[in-house]
Amino acid sequence: MTVLFDLVLCALMLLAALAAIGGRGLFRATVFFVAYGITVALAWVRLGAIDVALAEAAIGAGLTGLLLLGAVARLRRAGAPEFPVRAGLVPALAAAGVAGATGWVALRVPGAGGLWTEAGEALPLSGVENPVTAVLLNFRAWDTLLESIVLLAALLAVWALAREEEWEAPVGPPLHARPGGVLEGMARLLPPVGIVVGVFLVWAGASQPGGAFQGGTVLAAVGLIAALAGLVALPRPDSGSWRTALAAGPAVFLLVGASGLALGGLLLFPPDWAKAMILTVEVFLTLSIAATLALLVLGPPQPRRMP
Amino acid sequence: MTGSVVLFVVTASALIGIGLWGFLVQAHLLRRVLAFNVVGSGLFLLFGALGWRGGGVDPVPQALVITGIVVALAATAVALWLVGRFAEETGRADLPEDRREDRQEKSSAGGRP
Amino acid sequence: MSAIALPDVLTIVLTGLGLLFFLAGTVGLLRFPDTFSRLHALTKADNVGLGLVALGVALQAETWGQLARIALVWVLALVAAGLVAQLVARAALVDRRLRG
Repeated sequence: MTVLFDLVLCALMLLAALAAIGGRGLFRATVFFVAYGITVALAWVRLGAIDVALAEAAIGAGLTGLLLLGAVARLRRAGAPEFPVRAGLVPALAAAGVAGATGWVALRVPGAGGLWTEAGEALPLSGVENPVTAVLLNFRAWDTLLESIVLLAALLAVWALAREEEWEAPVGPPLHARPGGVLEGMARLLPPVGIVVGVFLVWAGASQPGGAFQGGTVLAAVGLIAALAGLVALPRPDSGSWRTALAAGPAVFLLVGASGLALGGLLLFPPDWAKAMILTVEVFLTLSIAATLALLVLGPPQPRRMP
Repeated sequence: MTGSVVLFVVTASALIGIGLWGFLVQAHLLRRVLAFNVVGSGLFLLFGALGWRGGGVDPVPQALVITGIVVALAATAVALWLVGRFAEETGRADLPEDRREDRQEKSSAGGRP
Repeated sequence: MSAIALPDVLTIVLTGLGLLFFLAGTVGLLRFPDTFSRLHALTKADNVGLGLVALGVALQAETWGQLARIALVWVLALVAAGLVAQLVARAALVDRRLRG
């Protein structure tokens, strides 16, 4: 029965991916990509990885879909060749060859190993009960620290695309929601629910699926809905408080990690202190992730032309 | 290895192939970014399926994949805004080396702003 | 074959019925000629389908917390569907006005 379910799920994933790659029209391709992301999230549920499923649904399908839809609208008037350009046997054979070789090698990888025994044994010393959070913020804290800096670097790269004279403008494209419309009503209704869900995901991340990335994404989405509806003013890139919010996560992470120097080493959390240290890092990391993701979606500052 | 693990490994490999094909044959930069994301999620899925063998749920690949998903979004955002800026400057959403003169004439309405 | 408990029978019937409504909505989405009639098919049929599936799944809930979560999912999906239908319809209307 479950194999049947997996079979249907895998078929859906492949069909959605094909439609996203080969769909006529950019808009259609993007819509199929979002549907594809949802099926991938379901596959992660089947693989027992609820944390990844949450991240894939919120980030892989949700925010990436929003970014793609925005790009489709911006590129509407840009010229481009008809699809496909270089259809032929060679690319198809190359892609099929890579896929076949990957699958063949993957099925041949020795089954032994895995790190769940090691992770399980070290879990009581990590300060949290969710093994994924333990890996992210304790065992492999380096990865996560550098990842938060990568996010910041990506935002700097996006902002670097602004023209000199646009630097004074607020971030993001000019938005025009109808005052008093459904979007505005929704944007007043959803944030309370969204904020509760986002904060819950961060808090629950210590013991059950969730965490700073998933919670931060929900909070970013809340901010984006409010911004799209015109309920909150978009910040300028030189706003001091926004820059503080962006840098707080990596900075606090680094500080807390450095305080571990006195207790054993950089980014080493002693078991007695681990819970408090991880929680401190997570709170600030969530704030920064939410701010960075929302600003990444909104893009560089753009001039507001009067209609 | 149970049947479902084989199924997910095969599907993930096929997704990598589908994404790679799209990346190779398409010239529209947005479609390339989209194809790149399909390759990425296929790779993540392959990683997850391999971590699923043995019945236990391995938290280490899960944590790495979450990191990967976030980094993929950051890269996608940079790429898409770069494409947008490129189109603003040139009026086109494909690269000059992907165009041949005969195709350029047939291409959809665009032109410089 | 052992007898199936009544809640299980109801779950199967309700979710099955819900899926039928989803199927009808999807057929409408694929077959109807323009955006507005497609929206009509989706919003009507899928919302009924969602309610039936939620009801069927709710019978399998073991705690009040699970029940509350199913209800929350139902409400949020319903509100989101209503909002998106409005926005899509407005965008289609603007699009038609610009073209026509």
